Amino acid sequence: MSTDVATAAVPAMRRPAVPQWARLVVIWGLLITAPYWLPLLGGYTALAGRVLVFGLAAMGLNLLLGFTGVLSFGHAAYFGLGAYGAGLTLRFLVHSTPLAMLAGTLLGGLAGTLFGLLIVRRRGVYFAMCTIAFGQLWYYLAYSWNDFTGGFDGLRDFHREPIGFGPLTLDITAGGPQFYYFLLAVFAIAVTLLGLLVRSPFGHTLRAIRENERRARFLAIPVERQIWLSFSISCFFTALAGTLYALLNNFADPLALHYSLSGYFVVMCVMGGMRTFWGPLLGATVFVVLQDYISSMTVNWMSFVGATFVLVVLFFPRGLLGMRRLRGSA
Amino acid sequence: MTQVILFNVTNGLIIGAFYVLMALGLSLILNLSNVINFAHGNFLALGGYLAFTLSPALGYWGALLVSPLLTAVIGLAVERLMIRRVYNRDPVYSLLLTFGFAFVMQDAARYIWGPNGLPLGLPDFLSQPINADLFFITWYRVFMVAVVITAVLGLFGFLRFTQVGIRIRAGTLDLETVASLGVNISLLRTFNFALGCLLAGLSGVLAAGQIGLNPNMGDDLLMPSFIAIIVGGVGSLIGTLFGGLLIGMAAALTTVFFPAASEAVIYAIMMIVLLLRPRGLMGEEGMMS
Repeated sequence: MSTDVATAAVPAMRRPAVPQWARLVVIWGLLITAPYWLPLLGGYTALAGRVLVFGLAAMGLNLLLGFTGVLSFGHAAYFGLGAYGAGLTLRFLVHSTPLAMLAGTLLGGLAGTLFGLLIVRRRGVYFAMCTIAFGQLWYYLAYSWNDFTGGFDGLRDFHREPIGFGPLTLDITAGGPQFYYFLLAVFAIAVTLLGLLVRSPFGHTLRAIRENERRARFLAIPVERQIWLSFSISCFFTALAGTLYALLNNFADPLALHYSLSGYFVVMCVMGGMRTFWGPLLGATVFVVLQDYISSMTVNWMSFVGATFVLVVLFFPRGLLGMRRLRGSA
Repeated sequence: MTQVILFNVTNGLIIGAFYVLMALGLSLILNLSNVINFAHGNFLALGGYLAFTLSPALGYWGALLVSPLLTAVIGLAVERLMIRRVYNRDPVYSLLLTFGFAFVMQDAARYIWGPNGLPLGLPDFLSQPINADLFFITWYRVFMVAVVITAVLGLFGFLRFTQVGIRIRAGTLDLETVASLGVNISLLRTFNFALGCLLAGLSGVLAAGQIGLNPNMGDDLLMPSFIAIIVGGVGSLIGTLFGGLLIGMAAALTTVFFPAASEAVIYAIMMIVLLLRPRGLMGEEGMMS
């Protein structure tokens, strides 16, 4: 039943110009070989790591933004909670990378799940406004709870630990390719899960809600519950990305909780194409590379980033992958 | 102790007054155009900086009158050139647009007036305390509250008694019907946006006299203004008014007893309101969904 709605409402289901398998081979091929070709272009491996982390966060957000059509402008909260959860676990509780990731993901995801209950009935800008305001709560908390979180200077004095698999040990404490491949493995697992979710009947009900909420309701789709689930799940993915962020930098700062970062996540989705699955990763790539490049050129990088947002909104609203699809359909 | 409490009550009143002016402008724009203006805090800073630049030529009083109007004119241009284009699109676009533009405005202010704090000179008698016992209450604080009260009364009178004001209120409830009755809603929205910026500019001039100028002076006021709107109820300007005063007072009184929680308490109020009365204290049913 729900599949009917989804296929009827989403004309984009037609055969794409590039076969799916070819697209996947290109994406994963580029990601797997990144440590080898990136230095040739003047990049560095940590930059690729940052693309993966922000890409995962944006793809998690896009489950809500692009596939459910619900606007959250506060996902930095769950990203930052993931980062602080992982950092605090490593610093105060136990020296274990997997447990820190678990703790951070649960902290961010559960905070989102509980808050989602309060706001599922809001729509549009009002939903967005509630998510922004709630997100800033965590920013102020991290900012003012000096003894515990390190305040404005951020949480230091923790670092990622080697991971033991029985007799084997994976040493990810150094930067470089080894840690990058660890990030890529986590990213691959998370993105596969996300892809399965989007293709599942659950994912189709989300798209049905996006296209026509009232019709979805008539078809007995429990709209509020699905939106809540979508919000919670996307918070879990974003929180997971947050834990990776803490591991990547061995550091968690209040800016990881600030609403500007939420805005960056949204712009990554829009810039890459929020109606596409891989768009947010492409958007994150463009954003991270641009930010890295511009901030090394000028101190006024904020106005360049801001102007980019304005230009994307006014002249490029479908995003990079959205454009391609539009041309393919013409 | 009495003096400490009194000090913080007046502080709360003044902070609340700023929240109210900010939030009323935001609320006007949100209600009629369904746009969250992230750049509102930057319009506030712009108003303050314009007063700084104009006051040597026009004096303080001239600057107080002219710079909010100039802010409104700039707001009008911004609406005509950019924001108008995203009204009929998904709300994500209007948010990103104002969010990005806020960055540009902040950097522009930093570029033009410099990154360091600047003072706004006040007429001498305004800087005097009103008497020796109440040394912490300067005439300027009294003056600020009086201006805010006048502005709020003026706004409500305008919305109640003038034709344009009545159209704005009607458009808040049902824009389509207003349009079909022959009102040019495009102009109405532009005017409304400029009106919101006027309030932001005015609070900027007032704030500059109290805390001085810096490029991101509006940022700290933006979040509480959002919360004032959520607490008061979306769609109700009276709600926004009381929401702003409530969280201003709550934050100031918490400072007396538990300073670290003064930021947290306004978020706590928001959570309680969302939990017990999701439409806000005075919000209309269905306005937020």
